[in-house]
Amino acid sequence: MKILVAVKRLVDYNVKVRVKSDQTGVDIANVKMSMNPFDEIGVEEAVRQREAGAATEVIVVSCGVTQCQETLRTAMAIGADRAILVESADELQPLAVAKLLTAIIAREKPGLVILGKQAIDDDSNQVGQMVAALSSMPQATFASKLTIANDRAEVTREVDGGLETLSLALPAVVTTDLRLNEARYVTLPNIMKAKKKPLEILKPADLNVDVSPRLKTLKVSEPPSRKAGIKVPDVAALIGKLKNEAKVI
Amino acid sequence: MSSLVIAEHDNATLKPATLNAVTAAAKLGGEVHILVAGHNAKGAAEAASHVAGVSKVLLADADAFTDGLAENVAAQVLALAGPYDNLVFPATAYGRNIAPRVAATLDVAQLSDIISVESPDTFTRPIYAGNAIATVQATDAKKVITVRATGFDAAAASGGSAAIESVTAIADSGKSSFVKREIAKNDRPELTSAKIIVSGGRGVGSGENYHKVLEPLADRLGAALGASRAAVDAGFVPNDYQVGQTGKIVAPELYIAVGISGAIQHLAGMKDSKVIVAINKDPEAPIFGVADYGLVGDLNELVPDLVKQLG
Repeated sequence: MKILVAVKRLVDYNVKVRVKSDQTGVDIANVKMSMNPFDEIGVEEAVRQREAGAATEVIVVSCGVTQCQETLRTAMAIGADRAILVESADELQPLAVAKLLTAIIAREKPGLVILGKQAIDDDSNQVGQMVAALSSMPQATFASKLTIANDRAEVTREVDGGLETLSLALPAVVTTDLRLNEARYVTLPNIMKAKKKPLEILKPADLNVDVSPRLKTLKVSEPPSRKAGIKVPDVAALIGKLKNEAKVI
Repeated sequence: MSSLVIAEHDNATLKPATLNAVTAAAKLGGEVHILVAGHNAKGAAEAASHVAGVSKVLLADADAFTDGLAENVAAQVLALAGPYDNLVFPATAYGRNIAPRVAATLDVAQLSDIISVESPDTFTRPIYAGNAIATVQATDAKKVITVRATGFDAAAASGGSAAIESVTAIADSGKSSFVKREIAKNDRPELTSAKIIVSGGRGVGSGENYHKVLEPLADRLGAALGASRAAVDAGFVPNDYQVGQTGKIVAPELYIAVGISGAIQHLAGMKDSKVIVAINKDPEAPIFGVADYGLVGDLNELVPDLVKQLG
């Protein structure tokens, strides 16, 4: 069985982004770019499943600019076997990415598709569910545990209030939550090895997918800022403020 | 113009985030209907019929909806989507799970986590963990929207008298099945609808200490208990306590952050709270940059003292 994992290149989670002064977006020039942390968990999970014998091959796919090749190489250094880049310099919105991945899935026929539950740039939380719908597959989002046996995936999901476990007929889509695993450190020998692994480059047109944006971003602005308040000297002063000034207790 | 709000419910009652989604739907203009897809869900449908501003409740009652599986609920929404301009979900684990399936099948973009309605086709939504706000305009005729509860007031749960119409339920997809649920039972208010939240971070030190120090304060204030990702990752409390970019987004009247340093991703989940109190031993902790009232010192002394002085 093949496992297909989607990875997104985006601003590193440690970077505090700045809104551009003309409000056209956030400034990502000269900013450190990394793999979406949830996708890294997805790659790690796929590699662990292969190491455990539940899968034979791990394919990573990214959609975006030429530099996504670096992200794919990182995924192959974690242990993915080969990579596909759907290269496009245009803005790719979640629906377009879902269509591109669906086209790749039709070609590769993986038994399992793993994606991060959300990308930490646009925070949309859409692509996994969209891929599942377009590929007519069942889904388990926000996974914290994944077991593959007897052509089914048993997935524990993080839901409001606790955990829920589903059993899915394969092929299926799983999206990762933070506690699914901790991705391994990438070692230098594995980085070198990853350079020699196959990386195929396609264009959206090769997959007959129309990627035109459906949402227009009119502007991007700073959130209303919250002013720092005051430090109070002791507990009594805090209670006084909460009772008499803020009136919340 | 008309909108269908997909209710999150437990068959007997509506989950609070549904009411905020109704308010967002009302701002789009036109009629607001609610879909209750459940099993033996007459109670939830009746609760929906009393919500102010709702003119019709659609009840799809079948085994297939017992566990809220995304495949089945999405198929039911799609079966009813025809006449509606907007399909509106609460941006909860439930709504987020289902909405994109509906959007993709309809071949329309989804607007995730909206925090305001600027016009019937233009919305604002946070991006980059709330460090920027995007104003986006939909170009598709039909819109699939998830609503961040903290961006909208809850619609009144009473005052309405909508008719309840039973609709034909779709068949079970057969591709996924429910195995089990482990929901932590507690008598405290739900995090996302609580008026007061007491939240602990790594500074609390241990799971045992978390309960020892924070529970008396939460009991005294009738507050919900929350936690930072660091506290959850350290195993102090289960994941459903987590407040932040990837956990729950909350905006209570009062948020008391205890031993929480204030990582960006945590602030993303609570900075819309009306009043923020920070208790931390590090006077330089970023949490003090957003707190209305800061108290510097040892939480193991200050929190019990706070409980004592509150009486």
